[in-house]
Amino acid sequence: MSLQNHEIKHIKDIIKRKLTDTELQILAAEWSEHCSYKSSKKHLKMLPITGRSVIHEKGYDSGVLDVGDGYVVTVHIESHNHPSAVEPFGGAATGVGGVIRDILSTGTRPIAILDGLRFGDIENDAHARWLFKNVVSGIANYGNCLGIPTIGGEVEFDDCYKGYALVDVAAIGFGKKDKLIKNHASEGDLVVLVGGPTGRDGIGGSQFASDLLEDENRSAVQIPDPFIEKLIIETILEARNEKCINAMKDLGGGGLSCAISETAESLGVGIELDVDSVHTRESGLLPYEIMISESQERMLVITSKQKLPKLKQICDKFNVICSVIGHVKNDKMMHVKKSKKTIALLPAEFVARGPLINRKKTKPKYLLQIKRENKAKKNLDYSKIIQELLSCPNIASKHWVFQQYDHEVGIRTVVKPGFDASVLRLDNGKFLSAKIDGNPKHCYIDPRQGAIGCFEEACRNVVCTGANPIGMVDHLQFGNPEDPEIFWTFMESLEGLTDYAKFLRVPCVGGKVSFYNETDFGPIKPTPLIGVLGLVDHTPFLSSTPNDGDYLIIIGNTKNELGGSEYFEYIDKFIGGICPTVDFKNSKINMLTTLSLIKNKLVKSVHDCSKGGFSIAVSELSIFGQIGCDIDIEKIPCEKDLSSEQILFSESHSRYLLVIDKKNILNVERFLSKKKISFAVLGKFSGDQINIKRKSQNLVKLRIDLAQKRYFNGLGDLLKHG
Amino acid sequence: MVMCINFIGEIINIIVKVGVIIFPGSNCDRDMFHVLSDVFNLNTQYYWHEKGLPDNIDAVILPGGFSYGDRLRAGVIAANSPVIKDVKKLAKKGIPILGVCNGFQILVESNLLPGVLLKNDSLNFMCQWTNLVVKNNKTPFTNKLELNQKIPIPIANGEGRYYADLQLLDDLKKHDQIVFSYGKHVNGSIEQIAGICNEDGNVVGMMPHPERAAEKLLNPLDNKPSSLIFESLIHTIGAKN
Repeated sequence: MSLQNHEIKHIKDIIKRKLTDTELQILAAEWSEHCSYKSSKKHLKMLPITGRSVIHEKGYDSGVLDVGDGYVVTVHIESHNHPSAVEPFGGAATGVGGVIRDILSTGTRPIAILDGLRFGDIENDAHARWLFKNVVSGIANYGNCLGIPTIGGEVEFDDCYKGYALVDVAAIGFGKKDKLIKNHASEGDLVVLVGGPTGRDGIGGSQFASDLLEDENRSAVQIPDPFIEKLIIETILEARNEKCINAMKDLGGGGLSCAISETAESLGVGIELDVDSVHTRESGLLPYEIMISESQERMLVITSKQKLPKLKQICDKFNVICSVIGHVKNDKMMHVKKSKKTIALLPAEFVARGPLINRKKTKPKYLLQIKRENKAKKNLDYSKIIQELLSCPNIASKHWVFQQYDHEVGIRTVVKPGFDASVLRLDNGKFLSAKIDGNPKHCYIDPRQGAIGCFEEACRNVVCTGANPIGMVDHLQFGNPEDPEIFWTFMESLEGLTDYAKFLRVPCVGGKVSFYNETDFGPIKPTPLIGVLGLVDHTPFLSSTPNDGDYLIIIGNTKNELGGSEYFEYIDKFIGGICPTVDFKNSKINMLTTLSLIKNKLVKSVHDCSKGGFSIAVSELSIFGQIGCDIDIEKIPCEKDLSSEQILFSESHSRYLLVIDKKNILNVERFLSKKKISFAVLGKFSGDQINIKRKSQNLVKLRIDLAQKRYFNGLGDLLKHG
Repeated sequence: MVMCINFIGEIINIIVKVGVIIFPGSNCDRDMFHVLSDVFNLNTQYYWHEKGLPDNIDAVILPGGFSYGDRLRAGVIAANSPVIKDVKKLAKKGIPILGVCNGFQILVESNLLPGVLLKNDSLNFMCQWTNLVVKNNKTPFTNKLELNQKIPIPIANGEGRYYADLQLLDDLKKHDQIVFSYGKHVNGSIEQIAGICNEDGNVVGMMPHPERAAEKLLNPLDNKPSSLIFESLIHTIGAKN
C-alpha cells in the first residue's frame, strides 16, 4: 500500500476512527498519483479549457467538441507506460482498451486511435527492439479486433527510454449531440457492472504506475480481451439508443473504488454496493481485491429500475454479463458491503478527492551545464548525412508500424497515415484532422520551448491538411515529481503549453499526467505529448505529389536552432545546443496564410519542416513524388550568417514547404508578398536527383531511388533479424 | 416497394434485399451497409447471426471483422452460427453470396468454399493497398469487370494466405473457381490467390475489402473497378427481378 504519512494524518483528522482494511486499500488506490493527480491537479487549472465548441458535462472522462449539424467529436489520451515496460503486448493492448472506454462513456462511438510510442535505442539494444515489436503487435491485435482504425501517431527512439517504454494512446469518438450521456442519477437507481469478470489482474495497477519501475510487478498488469471490448461497445451503444443509461463510467485505474467514488462524487449522490454481486473470474477474491482490481473491459452503468430489463436484454443479445451490484442513495456516501456486513463506509467526496500536495521545484543543474555549442569534428558530406538521416529510426518511414494496424476500417480515413496528419470524414460532410507530436530531445534542452514546439508541430501538421485547429489534448510524462528538478521541468512545460494555447485560442479538452517514469537507468527526458484536432468545413485538401516543373516555396524563418535536432543527436552524438523556439505571432500568421493558400486551391501539397529540418522535409517531398529537385538555399529566409549545416538541419518551427504548380506561382508570390511574411521560392522539381546548392556551391546530390530505399527500408531492416 | 436508382442513374422500383450478416465481433458490417445502401442505393438489411434469413432475399454478404475474436481459428466459431444453415440453403438455391475478409474465412470454415486461409507469410497483420487481377468475370460479383482487369484495393488481415493442395488447385482451375489474384507477391497465397468461388460460381470469397475502395474519396487510386463489384451484383439481382 502506498499511503503516505500526511495522508494517514488527513484520514485521522476527517474520519476520526480506525479504517477497515478494505477502506485503506480503496484510499491507497484512489489517492495514488495515477488516480488523484495529487502533484499536478492544482497546476493543471491554468490550461484554458473553454471555447466556442467545447461541451462540458459532469463526469466526462473525455473532451467533447461540437462539430456542428448536431454532431460531436470526443477525444481523450492515456498512457500505459509501466505495464508496457513489463509486458509490452498486454500493456499496450490494455492501454488501447482503456482510452476507448473513456470515449464510449460519453455515449459516442470510437472512430479512431492514434498512438505515440517511445523506446530506447533500437539500433543497439535488443531489449528495446523486443519492446517495440511487441507493443506494436499489442496495439494491432487490440485495435484491429475492435474495428477501430489506428490512423496515425508517431514513434521515437531515444536512449533515455532504455529498459522502458512510453505507450500513449489517443482515441477519437463521434456521435450525435442529443445522444450524449447526460450523467445523472437519483435515489433508487441501480448500479450495474457490465462486461468482463473481475479477476486478480491489475491489482494495485494505479499504485504500481505511481512508483518508479524497479521491480516487474506482473500481477499489476492487466490482461486484454478485445473481443469482449468489442461486444461492450455494441452493447453500450445499443443501450444508449434505448435510453437505458442514466450515467456511465469506465473502469480503469483504481478499478471499482475509483469508478464508484468518482461517479458518486460528480453526481452528488451516494452509492451502496455489495461485492458479492460482482461477477468474478475466480472464486475466493477478497473484498478489497474486487474493489481495486483493474480487470479490463468493464463499464459501470447507472440505470433506472424500469430500464433494467431492457438493459439486460441487450446484454444477453451480445452475451455480455451484467450484474446489478448496488443502488443509488442520497447520502453522498460510498458504502461497500459483503452481503450484509459493511466493509467500507466513507464519504464519496473524501475518497474521490485525495489531499493534494505542493511540490517544490528548482531549475535542474544539468541545464546550467549543457553545452550550447557543438565543437565536434565534422564530416560535412551532406549527401551522406541526409542518407543516414533518412534511414535513421526516428525519421525513416513508419509503414512497418502502421501497416500492421487496420487504418481503413470504418471507411472514414480520407488521408491515410504516413505523411503529416491523418484526416477522417464525418457524417455531416466535414472532415476531422488529427495528429499527435512529442519531442523529448527538444524538451530536455528546454522544457518550455520544447513543449510549445510539440504543440506547434501538431498544429502545423493539422494545418498542412487544410484544417483549423479546434482543440488539443496533452499528455505530460515526466520522472519522479518528488524530485524538485523534475517538477520544475513539468511546470515549465505546462506553463509553455498554457501560454501558447491561450494565444492560439485552442482549448485543452483533455489530458493526462504521468509521473514516475523512471527506471534504474534514471528518469526519462521530459516527454509532453500533444494531440491536436482540426476541422475542415467543406472539401478536404487531398494533396498531390509534385510533378515535373512544380515550384518549391518555403514559408517561415530558419534559425540557428540545431539543439536537440536529429542532426546533432544522431549524426554528431551531441546533446546540447539551442532548442528551437516558437515566435507566437509568426506562428499564427504562417498558419493562417498556409490555410488560406489551401482554401484558395493555390497549392498542390504542403509539408511541415520538423525532424531532420529542411533537408529532410524536401527529401520527403521528392521521395513521395518520386521526382528529383533543384534547390538553391541561398535565398532561404533565415537569421544572418547561418551556415549551410544550420540551414539544412535546424529544426526551427513555423516552417512550411509548399509545392506550387507553375501556373499559380505568380499568384502565390503576390499573395505572400502582400501578407508580408518570410518566404522564398527555392527551386523546382524535376529529374531523378535531389540537388541542393548554395549559390554556386553544390551541397547535396542524391539519387531518388537511393533516398527511397533508405527511407522506406530503414526501420524494417532493423527489425528483420530480431 | 423501394425506390432505387440503378447504376446508370435510372430510377426503378424494385424490392431488392441484400442481407448483411452480423456476427459477434464483425466490424466491417456498418461499412458494407453504408456502401450497399448509401452509395449503391440497394435495399439493405442487417441480420444478427442468431436470426434466420428470409427465403426471398436476393443476396447475402458476410462482412469482415474478427468474429468471436478469431478464437481457435479465424471464422471457425462463426461457421457454426445458426445463420449459416440458412446461408447454406440459399447457396444451394444459387443466391449470390459474398464473404469479405473474415466473411471469406467463415465461408471456408463452413465448407461453402474449399481450401484454407493461413497466417500471412510476414506473420503480421497487413493493412495496405494492392492490385487485384480479375480471373473469373462470370460470377455475380464480377460480371461487369473485364478479365484480367486490375482493381486497386486495400487488404487488412492477419490470416489471409490462401492455401490449397495440388489436387484442389487443379480442381479450382478446372472449374474456373479462382476469381481474383494479387498482381504480385503480397502474403504468400498459393498462386497469389485472393478470392475464389464455389463450383456454381454464386458463392464468392475474397480477402481484400471492396467496400473500402468503392468511393472516390477513400480511394487514392481508382474507385471504379471496386464499384464494378457492387454494380455486378446490382446487374445480377436487378436482372433477375
